Amino acid sequence: MSVLTGKELRIVGFLCNWCSYGGADTAGTARASQPTDLRIIRVPCSGRVNPLFVLKALINGADGVLVSGCHPRDCHYSSGNFYARRRLELLKEYLPIIGINPDRFEYTWVSASEGQRWKNVVTTFTDRIHKLGPAPKWKDVTPRYDLPTELLDFIRPLGCGENPFLPDLKQAIKDALATPPATESGDDRPLEGVLGWKRGYDPLKAEPVFMRTPEEVDELIWGPFNVHNLANYLPQYKGRKIGIVVKSCDSKAVVELLAENLIRREDVVIFGMGCNGTVSEGRIRAKLPAEVRDLPIEAVQGKGSTMTLTVAGKQYEASMQDIAQDKCRHCPRPNGFINDIFVGAEVANAQPPADGRSAALRFLDAMSLEERMSFWKGQMERCIRCYACRSACPMCVCRDHCVSDSRDPQWLTQEDDVTQKLFFQLIHAQHLAGRCTGCGECQRACPMGIPVFALKQQFGRMIGKIFGYAAGVDPKATPPLLTYKVEEANIKERDLS
Amino acid sequence: MSDFRFATPDALLGWLKTLSNSHRLLAPKPEGPATLFRPWKAEELTDLEPLLRRATASPKGAVLPACETLVHFTATKDADKPASLNATLEAPCEAEPTVLFGGRPCDARGFVVLDRPYLQGKFQDPYYGARRAATVIITQACPSARPVCFCHWVGSHPADSEGSDILFTAVDGGFVLEGISDKGRALLDTAGFANAADKADEVKAAHDAATASLPPVCDLQDAPAKVAARFTDADFWTQETVKCLSCGACTYLCPTCQCFTITDEGTPLDGRRIRSWDSCMSPQFTLETSGHNPRAEKFKRMRNRIGHKFSYYPQTYDGAFSCVGCGRCVASCPVALDIRHIVTAACADNAAEKE
Repeated sequence: MSVLTGKELRIVGFLCNWCSYGGADTAGTARASQPTDLRIIRVPCSGRVNPLFVLKALINGADGVLVSGCHPRDCHYSSGNFYARRRLELLKEYLPIIGINPDRFEYTWVSASEGQRWKNVVTTFTDRIHKLGPAPKWKDVTPRYDLPTELLDFIRPLGCGENPFLPDLKQAIKDALATPPATESGDDRPLEGVLGWKRGYDPLKAEPVFMRTPEEVDELIWGPFNVHNLANYLPQYKGRKIGIVVKSCDSKAVVELLAENLIRREDVVIFGMGCNGTVSEGRIRAKLPAEVRDLPIEAVQGKGSTMTLTVAGKQYEASMQDIAQDKCRHCPRPNGFINDIFVGAEVANAQPPADGRSAALRFLDAMSLEERMSFWKGQMERCIRCYACRSACPMCVCRDHCVSDSRDPQWLTQEDDVTQKLFFQLIHAQHLAGRCTGCGECQRACPMGIPVFALKQQFGRMIGKIFGYAAGVDPKATPPLLTYKVEEANIKERDLS
Repeated sequence: MSDFRFATPDALLGWLKTLSNSHRLLAPKPEGPATLFRPWKAEELTDLEPLLRRATASPKGAVLPACETLVHFTATKDADKPASLNATLEAPCEAEPTVLFGGRPCDARGFVVLDRPYLQGKFQDPYYGARRAATVIITQACPSARPVCFCHWVGSHPADSEGSDILFTAVDGGFVLEGISDKGRALLDTAGFANAADKADEVKAAHDAATASLPPVCDLQDAPAKVAARFTDADFWTQETVKCLSCGACTYLCPTCQCFTITDEGTPLDGRRIRSWDSCMSPQFTLETSGHNPRAEKFKRMRNRIGHKFSYYPQTYDGAFSCVGCGRCVASCPVALDIRHIVTAACADNAAEKE
């Protein structure tokens, strides 16, 4: 047993081969004394450091993680550290949401000649980690199961009544199936079909449908149950021309897919209508008295902001304020971000709320780091690893080739363990950073009702704060993690020396 | 001699408290918006209501956990022979005495479906077998059907006792418990509940009311042959799976899905060979090392899932379906895909097309 057992903490260092690794060598050659807690992993460039390396180390019990690369403008590959700076800054801002102290992670720049600087960096960082002490272990944390219950106020009226323009939409789709509509691209191939919704097996359920015939179009519905983001299906039709009916939030995913070149503009015809909001099935059932909650819903009637449900011959009312999905409550733009054929009257836009945080983020923001760890442990315990969150995500375009399924490299084990389950969610969230359009399908699809959307919302919020960017708005925009600026407006230089 | 016993809610709760001291008591427990079979401690048992709820996920894990260590292996250097390693293998095959309380008849029948591949035939699974033997299943007769329920399609009903050791029915003022198996009767005898032969009519009335609440039945007698005959109809399966997202929610919630994968985790010097649930809806399920995947498309995966439940399994095990009609896959599907619809469609159109 090492004499230092119990005195040393476990700090992982990712060092660029061309500078910081050389800097550490220089410090060693100069016989500079330094703490020995750091375990160094040499990488070809700080740009090689996938933020998931850092997250995996921290989730699996590292007490601290240090990334060090070449000084900005001094990258061996000219721009690797510029990309790294964006990713790592974002990661540092992200860590608190899962209950990890952001001080346990740092990134900095040390060149090969700066032996003294390296010594200072290691000493400073190790001291900092020793002050923080050993990182709390997930297995020691007490789980908590409470969920956010706050129902945010609407910023515009939401309703569940019948849309008077639905017949017009059906007609527009029938026309488009018969004769390809004129679009900007000038593409005149016929449409293979149009993605939309029809009533499911239960009045509270809609289901996605691929309409090819006028009879199928007649079954199309538009209303509070059209919860699915149909953009999910678009990439699998790449190269084939189809139509899609979108809610405003869904259209953001279409924009993002276009921006990332995952679908082609000429392959898709977008049908939109003004959206009055969608509802949560769980919230509707919760509004019913316990004795009828599980019974078949015989009929649903929406009028204005009131939904009337008939169960066992009796009528029950629910207000949109109680049953609307969270994302709809703060939706300022109900008429779509991209449309080829917009049907009916526009719904009035609204001012975005002053405090745009979701109920889940408000709930998490009010917690301490320890409480957040407890929260995620309690929530992730019930994850069954079905990965419906991934499958329902329109931006999860790797589909059958997800890194989390790979055994080599092995990001995850098959073990039924909170750290594995949470780390999967972090892989998902990290791969959506700057790409997530906020449809919340991940959480809606979860059979266990785990609030996984908050993990993506935190990235969205930080992307907005650091880069002033929102995904799914402009198909010509470049996502912030795929580009860089030499001088970053909102990133301060990190100096540990 | 009737095996009916009557217990007031308090008496039943008291008995469960006693059982929780000597057994692992698994019963429905609310966790967030979901309800799961979780261990209960005596001091947590203050109200019977949560234990009577319908669970979001099946109780399959009580006997076939989502993940279990089959072998724990370690290797240490041999001081005398530096070139060799001393390997140790430990195969923990322990089973805690368990009471599984509050499942529904469909849940209990799920174990009967699992028993056939795991315990019948040439090889028995010792891990599964040990847990199965150590588990007493106390089932709640369903008070009413949900819209997604279809246990009567697959040869069952809301008061089916198949697979249960004790079946209890809510009646006026309490519950009537009926010992079904020897194991169940022996356990029930320890409770000291009063004989309730006089409540037989009340129990029957409750069972009849539950049966009456079921949606119309569909005869699946010909399903094994008809689903098998559908095998080559790629258009049918493609059409039926257009909206499927190819996630695994249906299979992981299912009380009868029985497939697993085996992986080694840890390091060669200190690791675990674990068995964990697998899902045929995942493309990795059939991915071969060559890179070839016989079920690369989602329609082939869905065809396998339906085929296994309604055709292959019944053909192997005397016509028994490997679906108990609990409806969890329907209720929790993110795109409202309805297995009932696929099965009826597979059976219905087939004959017409053959003409």
